[in-house]
Amino acid sequence: MKFSLSWLKTHLETEAPLDTITDTLTRIGLELEGVENKGAALAPFRIVHVREAVQHPNADRLRVCTVDTGDGTVTVVCGAPNARTGMKAVLATAGSTIPADGSVLKVGEIRGVKSEGMLMSAREMGLGDDHSGIVEVPADAPVGASYAAWAGMDDPIIEIGVTPNRGDCFSVRGVARDLAAAGIGTLKPFAPAKIAPVFDSGPHWVNNFPETCSWILGRTIRGVKNSPSPKWLQDRLISIGLRPINALVDVTNFFTMDLGRPLHVFDVGKLTGETLTLRRGAGETMLALNGKEYTLTAEDCAICDAAGVQSIAGVIGGQPTGCDEQTTAVFVECALFDPVRIALTGRRHQVVSDARQRFERGLDPALMTDAIEAATALIIELCGGAPGAVTEAGAEPAWQRDATMRFARIASFGGSDIPADEAVTSLERLGFNVRHRDAEAVTVAVPSWRNDVAGKIALDQHPDLDGEKAAAAAEGCETIEPENDLIEEVLRLRGLDAVTAVSLPQSGPVPAATLTPRQTRAALARRTLAAQGLNECVTFSFMAAAEAAPFGDTTDSLRLSNPIAADLDQLRPTPIATLAMAAKRNAARGYADLALFEVGPAFDATAPHGQRLVAAGVRAGSSPRGWASAVQAVDAMDAKADLWAAMAALEVPIEGIMLTQDAPSFYHPGRSATVRQGPKTILGRFGELHPRVIGDLGLPGPMVAFELDLDAVSDRKRRRKSAPDLSAFQPLRRDFAFLVDTTVAADAVLRAAKGAERTLIAGVTLFDVYEGDKVPVGKKSLAIEVIFQPRERTLTDAEIEAACQKVIAAVAKSTGAALR
Amino acid sequence: MTDDLLALKAETDAALAAATDLRAWDAIRVAVLGRNGTLTGLLRDLGKTAPDQRRERGAALNQFKDALNAAIEIRKIALEAAALNARLAEEKIDVTLPPRPRPLGLIHPIARTMEEIVAIFGAMGCTVSDGPDVESDWYNFGALNIPAHHPARADHDTFYLPAIGEKPPPVLRTHTSPVQIRTMLMQPPPIRTIVIGRTYRADHDATHSPMFHQCEGLIIDRGLTLGHLKGVLTDFLRTFFDISNLPVRFRSSYFPFTEPSMEVDIGWNRKTGELGKGGDWLEILGSGMVHPRVLANCGIDPREWQGFAWGMGVERVTMLKHGMADLRPFYESDIRWLRHYGFNPLAPTMLHEGV
Repeated sequence: MKFSLSWLKTHLETEAPLDTITDTLTRIGLELEGVENKGAALAPFRIVHVREAVQHPNADRLRVCTVDTGDGTVTVVCGAPNARTGMKAVLATAGSTIPADGSVLKVGEIRGVKSEGMLMSAREMGLGDDHSGIVEVPADAPVGASYAAWAGMDDPIIEIGVTPNRGDCFSVRGVARDLAAAGIGTLKPFAPAKIAPVFDSGPHWVNNFPETCSWILGRTIRGVKNSPSPKWLQDRLISIGLRPINALVDVTNFFTMDLGRPLHVFDVGKLTGETLTLRRGAGETMLALNGKEYTLTAEDCAICDAAGVQSIAGVIGGQPTGCDEQTTAVFVECALFDPVRIALTGRRHQVVSDARQRFERGLDPALMTDAIEAATALIIELCGGAPGAVTEAGAEPAWQRDATMRFARIASFGGSDIPADEAVTSLERLGFNVRHRDAEAVTVAVPSWRNDVAGKIALDQHPDLDGEKAAAAAEGCETIEPENDLIEEVLRLRGLDAVTAVSLPQSGPVPAATLTPRQTRAALARRTLAAQGLNECVTFSFMAAAEAAPFGDTTDSLRLSNPIAADLDQLRPTPIATLAMAAKRNAARGYADLALFEVGPAFDATAPHGQRLVAAGVRAGSSPRGWASAVQAVDAMDAKADLWAAMAALEVPIEGIMLTQDAPSFYHPGRSATVRQGPKTILGRFGELHPRVIGDLGLPGPMVAFELDLDAVSDRKRRRKSAPDLSAFQPLRRDFAFLVDTTVAADAVLRAAKGAERTLIAGVTLFDVYEGDKVPVGKKSLAIEVIFQPRERTLTDAEIEAACQKVIAAVAKSTGAALR
Repeated sequence: MTDDLLALKAETDAALAAATDLRAWDAIRVAVLGRNGTLTGLLRDLGKTAPDQRRERGAALNQFKDALNAAIEIRKIALEAAALNARLAEEKIDVTLPPRPRPLGLIHPIARTMEEIVAIFGAMGCTVSDGPDVESDWYNFGALNIPAHHPARADHDTFYLPAIGEKPPPVLRTHTSPVQIRTMLMQPPPIRTIVIGRTYRADHDATHSPMFHQCEGLIIDRGLTLGHLKGVLTDFLRTFFDISNLPVRFRSSYFPFTEPSMEVDIGWNRKTGELGKGGDWLEILGSGMVHPRVLANCGIDPREWQGFAWGMGVERVTMLKHGMADLRPFYESDIRWLRHYGFNPLAPTMLHEGV
């Protein structure tokens, strides 16, 4: 909210400097968002009288001016064509900073004549582009006075952020009240006189929607002459960015800002019938003051005359019955509307108005009658006219309530040593009245404007809570909340900086583990993948639905209803999708050889909570170019190596892994696999991306990818390891080359060899794969090294030969292999 | 030594000196000490020497043999050393060749900051809690004392997903606070936990991203006061930014889920961006005592338990700590940026190594 310092001072008697005021606002929770102070730069400039302007003896275009500053006379050499005897102008004396260029003025000598200052142009003062001459000030302007003050430019505009709980500070008076309570001056009294009616006719209220409106006042003023507002009122509104319209409308806007009390004015001449009725909307369409049309629903409150809806209560008025310069009779509306209903209506119709902002935060119910009297007085002052009687519907709601604060809780909750007396004084300064006080506690009456204190408690408890527990918690809230409200006020006025910071007591001598096993998996996977050469990315959870579609199920339930951009509307089925697009962007920048990974959510409507935590990566392009080895295009085995490294780090037993060639369709069907653990669990997938996906999305190819489902990996078990078997005998290594059908999986050969003699064979390594003209068509050669590890004694040649035969037989049996 | 022996010695020395490789050296050795060698012949001839001279001749021959052996061995060592030196010279490589590439990837700055935050609050006894990105209206708003009509909802720029049935539509969580609620429903107090994760708001410009990360904290116990809240956050900020006297300021504010609520500022220099000095204040996080309604919504009696909560932007503290100017590259995955700002995966955050 914006207001000028002078406006503030109409409510606050204070000599405090601007800095003190703005610092205090921030300290008490009315955060300063900015101060605009045009006058500061103009402060050194005074209005002067040019007593004489004569031709410079040594320069045709210059004049020598004798200038009366109000407390002396100075000589100024001036080049402006309009400098002349008898005019009033604006003088900058030596030492002043010129706003236009930041230079500091010095006493100088111009062509042999001393010049003690400068008569200013508008441009030099930073007030526009006019540099055709010096600023001319009207003859009645006081010599010696500050130019900025005379021109009304010395009034700083203060902007504060008003938090949603402080509806009372959505008004200049409310801000003044809080400042006064914080020790910045005193609040000026506000007690408008009751204005006696001179007639008793005009529209009266009928309230058929009491849920929205508890109390509404109105008054007709006849014989008004509506015209532009006087300068002071226009200046006030312009200073905070409002556009003056006409006096009657300006009065309503003024009180909206000044008292936080929105009003509405109807042109009585444009109303039909003698009643204004509040009722539920019924699908009518109304042309509003902002030029837009709104169709009312049954949840909106319509204010209607005999002709139809003329205003949406609390949100915006209708154009047909608005006041203009032909208005001669005006009806002023002053109402108390339900904050929730106004908020919902405002949101439904997407109207953000100053009135709505205030209604939805709650108004001061005790201000109604004062406000209508103050508005009447100002209208009569500006527009003349005769007041009618106040008409009303409903009644002042019972807003009165008490709140109790135990002094001990200022320390035990607030952590503050504020003594009881100071606490009570703070509350009193804020308008709370002490109703009862003893050594332990104080009970105060809450002022009418503080609907954020000890308000009605609306809980939204979890439906599955234990009934007894829920009831106790609710009861506790009834006690604690009003008390906390008061403690907050006490702490706020003193400033929260006055509370001493206390470090948290230790929960134990050494903290327990911070991360859950699942979180540790994510951390370990992240470090492991980075150590494999992949760079970690953080990509958006959402992406274009069309780009997500190739990567999995893009169900409507995971599509945003209100995406910020069309290309960010679908929750990604896998981070591979967003990583692939990241690789594409990098390739477009000239970086096509990439290894990227991310640990983050994959969205899947069938998963618990609709998402899985995965570690996923992509590699694109080739291995790095170097002198020592040839460049190799990335292939599925690179992705497999990444995935295997991550699984190893997470202690997934690789022995139990099964691969099936049924990876999702965005993978190359022949160069990808699903990684399974047991019959049900899918740990992850890896492979080359399908050429069609690469083509359709314009991805840099080749590209390979993997993902590891961190939710599917089981927690690490802290099992004790058995003692290692460290044989004293040297191992024997024997090589075998097998000829098998090309369809035979290498893994089958390795497993068969390893299983041939479990106690003797310590390891099997595949060291060569060959397909080509040296083997028959449809066959391939797989060469393995088998390590025999004797345990009790050195093996004899016969034993070695027997073991080798077992290997050959086992591989042949399970894969149909023949020794080459 | 007799003349013939002296002559032989001189002859052998000369031959050894002339030998430039081990092969030539070995020929000399065989010629002198071999079965048919000169010295072997002289020794063999000793028996033919007159008995009265035999002793003297024998002694001379032995002395001579030792001298020859030594000379031959010394030459061998010299030749071996020369041969090794020659080989080494030949094996010289260009040591300025670049090493074989063994690429090491890097950790994203957001993950690094998260690690640091976890380490610091972990030392204060906090665990880390998780929750889903897609939340129900109740967890994201209702339970946190933000009813449907609340003005604070307008500030949240919420992303919605299609509604299922009559329930309010699910949302992408606008803050990590719903996990507070999940934690309180799952575990009875005392509670010390933090939540770090993705959050979403429909806002996109130089300083706002539709997805960003928040760190939320929730500490509930008996006897915790606003003073502890100030202590925890001051301790955290000073450790995280590694400035032991970092100025920290607490200002009254408002959040629906805390009361009193506070914005927390740190001291910095607005012009240079330097933290800890300069006399300006920079808002860095929001905090407050947990609102009794939030406790009650989770079945916790506010007469018995009280505590505090806070939330801060992970990107924001990351940018401040490392002097990063722009938010957008965090999500762009530009490999040049990742390599520039990334962190070594083998140097994870450990308090004993310094944050």
